Amino acid sequence: MVRAVLEPGGDAATALYIAAFTLFILGIKQGTHPTTAKRGNLIAAAGMAVAVVTTLLLDGIGNWGLIAIGLVVGSAVGVVASLRVQMTEMPQMVAIYNGVGGGAVALIAWSEIRHGIALGEEIPLDVLIPILFAGVIGSVSFWGSNIAFAKLQDLLPTRPIAMPGQQFVNALLLIGILVACVVVSLDNDHPSEGLFIAILIGSALLGNLVVLPIGGADMPVVIALLNAFTGLSAAAAGFALDNVALIVAGTIVGSSGTILTLEMARAMNRSVANILFAGFGGAPTGGGGSGEERPHVSIGAQDAAIKLAYADSVVFVPGYGLAVAQAQHAIKEVADELEKRGVSVSYAIHPVAGRMPGHMNVLLAEADVPYEQLREMEEINPEMPRVDVAVVIGANDVTNPAAKNDPNSPIAGMPIIEVSEAQQVIVIKRSLSPGFAGIDNDLFYEPNTSMLFADAKQAAADIAAEINKL
Amino acid sequence: MDLLTELTIFVLAVFVGFEVISKVPTTLHTPLMSQTNAIHGIVMLGGLIVVGFADDLLEEVIGTIAIAFGAINIVGGFMVTDRMLGMFSRKPKAGTEGKGGS
Repeated sequence: MVRAVLEPGGDAATALYIAAFTLFILGIKQGTHPTTAKRGNLIAAAGMAVAVVTTLLLDGIGNWGLIAIGLVVGSAVGVVASLRVQMTEMPQMVAIYNGVGGGAVALIAWSEIRHGIALGEEIPLDVLIPILFAGVIGSVSFWGSNIAFAKLQDLLPTRPIAMPGQQFVNALLLIGILVACVVVSLDNDHPSEGLFIAILIGSALLGNLVVLPIGGADMPVVIALLNAFTGLSAAAAGFALDNVALIVAGTIVGSSGTILTLEMARAMNRSVANILFAGFGGAPTGGGGSGEERPHVSIGAQDAAIKLAYADSVVFVPGYGLAVAQAQHAIKEVADELEKRGVSVSYAIHPVAGRMPGHMNVLLAEADVPYEQLREMEEINPEMPRVDVAVVIGANDVTNPAAKNDPNSPIAGMPIIEVSEAQQVIVIKRSLSPGFAGIDNDLFYEPNTSMLFADAKQAAADIAAEINKL
Repeated sequence: MDLLTELTIFVLAVFVGFEVISKVPTTLHTPLMSQTNAIHGIVMLGGLIVVGFADDLLEEVIGTIAIAFGAINIVGGFMVTDRMLGMFSRKPKAGTEGKGGS
């Protein structure tokens, strides 16, 4: 077999790595529109192929059997997982991918330091410090992501799990890790491998302890943050290995995770620190829920069908309850019936409507909702007064007008979809129980709101049937 | 490559990353995350280098696991992204402003 051989760190290899990350950036750029994003993904994948082939052609690389085993096993798992995963399970999938990515970085950092120690020479600090950074962040991401996965997959309770003095223990652990890193760096002519392994274990513990107390509804932020972490750890590994492709690709993943983290936190009107450390949403906060019955209007599927069928414009406001009830397809049927009658239909999507950024959009796209009908919160709110009927399904806190009107509300200032501005509102919900924030929703008691008490999927199916009969 | 060159690349990549990613619409944020998972699989190169130049059993084992983890990210990430984006690009019916479907 004739095989071109590239000098490790040489110009040819570096040029090919530059080509690879250029393709990554071009690919993501194509991802800015739904019609070009699929091609963009292929371009990025081509970039990855260039990077992998370049590495396999490096001079002196051996151990082909082991490389083949790793490639085959990993690819097989990847193929099966990507074909079998349900769209409702995407948050878990991204969480576990964050995890294995972080885990890979931590393992690479470990073997790099081992390699350095075996050579018996001084490890320069501009290599050792990135190794330590990659080890710590990689290990935190691996274990933190595993906990996030377990919570999303209901292997662990989604409610916050906390112990007294948790913040103190976490802080102590972090200080311990940093001190150990400093000790290893100061000792860079013969660093202790045992201490490095202790750093990995301490970081693993920290990853567990930080994510365990975070509640299920805050998972979008956690997943995005861990995504940012894994990106940064890859960039650090790039510094340690002198590899530009790793530095650029890791940094871009880090930027992406950071942007999404900040966007999610803004949509909840909370700081990232508050989400990570406050253990929000454990017990319902007492507040106004003193048990008194407030007057509300209750309707059935037939009344709802009439309201919808004779409207000019209808906006659906889906929340995570919709996905839990698997009602996406049923809602799409209602929309189809309405469109047949000439009603204009769209979907107002709050940024935290799903369990990860953009999750609700994917769930609706899976049900064949055209992406043109998916509207962002800022875009649809000014149009709300001209909407005839807004239908809230499985959403609660993100429609609560108290966020706007009551400065004392726990959710005051959180951006909401202003459904109460619409001419009429139908809320499909099992009961009047409060949502995640544990507070009563004023929307349910407004004069233009009708409550339809039912399971989201059943209600949607009933409404579609009733419209068909009209 | 010296440290300062690498830092220059890093800083420029931060700006490029923010510039490009902030243009991705909310609708596509989930596929963006699975795609960045796949791109993160670039760490597999580290695993390949470790195993390819390893002369010690533990390093070989660690590196092979790292390669497998990276391959899961790359293959699973790009494939699931492709599957999701297929849902956005398919046109179930005509009527919404004429578009050249495949």
